[in-house]
Order: sequence, then structure tokens, then C-alpha cells
Amino acid sequence: MTESECVECGGTVALHDDLEIGEIVDCETCGAELEVVDVSPPVLDRAPELEEDWGE
Amino acid sequence: MKLGLLYSRIRKDEKLLLSELRERGHEIVKIDVRKQRFGLDATTAEVADCDLVIDRCLATSRSLYATRFLAAYGVPVINSPETAAVCADKVKNSLALEAAGVPTPATEVAFTKEAAMEAIEGFGYPCVIKPVVGSWGRLMAKIDTENAAEAILEHKATLGHYEHKVFYVQEYVDKPGRDIRVLACDGEPVAAMTRSSDHWLTNAAKGGETATFDLDDEAKELVATASDAVGGGLLGVDLMETKDGEYTVHEVNHTVEFKALNEASEVDVPAAVVDWLELKADVADEAVATA
Ligand SMILES: [Zn+2]
Repeated sequence: MTESECVECGGTVALHDDLEIGEIVDCETCGAELEVVDVSPPVLDRAPELEEDWGE
Repeated sequence: MKLGLLYSRIRKDEKLLLSELRERGHEIVKIDVRKQRFGLDATTAEVADCDLVIDRCLATSRSLYATRFLAAYGVPVINSPETAAVCADKVKNSLALEAAGVPTPATEVAFTKEAAMEAIEGFGYPCVIKPVVGSWGRLMAKIDTENAAEAILEHKATLGHYEHKVFYVQEYVDKPGRDIRVLACDGEPVAAMTRSSDHWLTNAAKGGETATFDLDDEAKELVATASDAVGGGLLGVDLMETKDGEYTVHEVNHTVEFKALNEASEVDVPAAVVDWLELKADVADEAVATA
């Protein structure tokens, strides 16, 4: 486990080791959806909103 | 092989795929489509020397256009833009299934509220109205009464995106509380599961319960035919059992999720998918070699 900081609330977000760029993680403190933009070290950004329909 | 992965979000499904590919030592180029530009003869995406590109874009329009460009550059892409175009649109999907002789629910499309109301009255209650482009059961409505029908049509016409002004009306299939999802590679089933719920929408995304399911020969045959009907590829085929013990195929999905299926089934789904991707990469290589 590693951790990073939530850009929304500043809280600590616990992250798995097999983190992928592009993955979405939730902040347990404020509930924000965050996107992993870098993995070493982990950097989080606000996840983009869903805009249109998704495939399935 | 060198495999390009087109994505805008890495979900559990993509992670499963990536970890299987890496375990086998394949080289992966992750391509975030949000950062790319696609020109008529070239792209900023690093696809030129990929043996194969797999499209895992969530947004339908990105999926449709990105694959269309890659195919135009001569890059082998799963799924093909032709398959994506048929699967992304419920009308094309239904017509393709019908043309191939695959049993599919009776469907009518109308362009005005008045004509849609006639279609609904024709089917009787309950019936179903769906957006032509849509997923995860969103914005689908089961219509039980004339009052509900009028309200839904009015709302769609007033609030809807232009795509909601195409009214796709379908008979209601009185299924036994579950539907069947099959993941297939060029028509060959990899795994299947049922999704059950008391709610009429049984999608896994809607919280339906999943269980593994053994396909009989008839279902296998239908999956193969339905897959061919939309142009083949890595597909999710949605079947329902009718009251008469027959099957009906609702739709075929082209950006298939397999996380739930992997959990419900004994089959190692990502491994089976990667087996098939390796095969497709070999075929693509041979095509280039002999060209
Ligand atoms: Zn937070």
C-alpha cells in the first residue's frame, strides 16, 4: 500500500500497489472520484465527469 | 506482441487485461485517447508498430471514431469500426440480428410522440422504450400504462438529447427473472453467466445477482450467429429465455466488460481473452507479411 493526497479535500488516499495511470479511485474522506495521473510517485487529479454514453 | 490499449479510464476490466498481458511478457502501449489527435493520414497516438490495438474506450463516439482512424491507417484494431458501428446503435444491432435470422424481440422505431404512442399501443402493456444509444440499462423504461407512456414520451421529447427523439419501442420479454450474458471471441463463447433480479432490469451494473451458466447447443449456435451478424470480435451477447423455453437475443455489445463474468465463472476470462488476442495478432502479422 502507498498513499497520496486528495486534491479535493486534502485527505490521505490509500492506494494499491498495482496502480495504473488512468485508473479512477475514490477518496474515502470526501467521496470525490480521482484519476491516477502518475504512479511513481502517485499523483491524483479530479476525475473527469462522465459526459456521454459508455459502451456497455 | 506489441499491443496498444486505447482507453480513457482504466477500470477493473482493463486492469485484469493489463496484468495478464504483462505476465505473458507482451509490450503494452497505453494510449489515453483524450490526449490524441487523429489526422487523415497520421495520428499522435503511438500505434504505428503495434501488432494489434484493443479499443477500451468507454465513450461510444470515441470508440467509433478512433477505431475508424486506426483501421484507415492500416492498424489492426479490436473491435473493428464496422462491428463497433453496428453494436453502438440499437437500431443497427436489431436489424443485423433480424437479417441473420437470430430471434430478437419485436421492435419498432418512431420519430414522433404520436407515432411512438401508436407503436406502444400496438405492443400493448407492458412494453419497453430504450434510447438508441445507451448502456447499463440507463434511461430504459418499462411502460405499464397509457398514462406512463404519455409521460415518458413527453419527457423524452422535451428534455431529451436529439437521440432521444428516436423512439425505440420493444415488446416486453417476460423472462424468468434473469438474463444471460455471454462473452465470446469471434463467436466462440469464453464464459457465460446469468444476471438475476426482482427488478426488470437485471444488468450486473444495476446490482443484479450473477451466477455461472452452462450454454446449451442452441445458445452456442445463437451466440455464433449473433457474433457473425455484427461482424465478429470480442463481444458480449445478451440473451433472454422466453416463457416458451426459447432464447431471444437482445443485443450484442462491443466494449464488453468482463469483471463480473470473471468472478461468476470458473473460467479465467482475461487469460482466454489474451489467448485470443495473441491469435489475432498472429493473423494480422501474416496478413502484413503476405501483403
Ligand atoms: Zn477527498
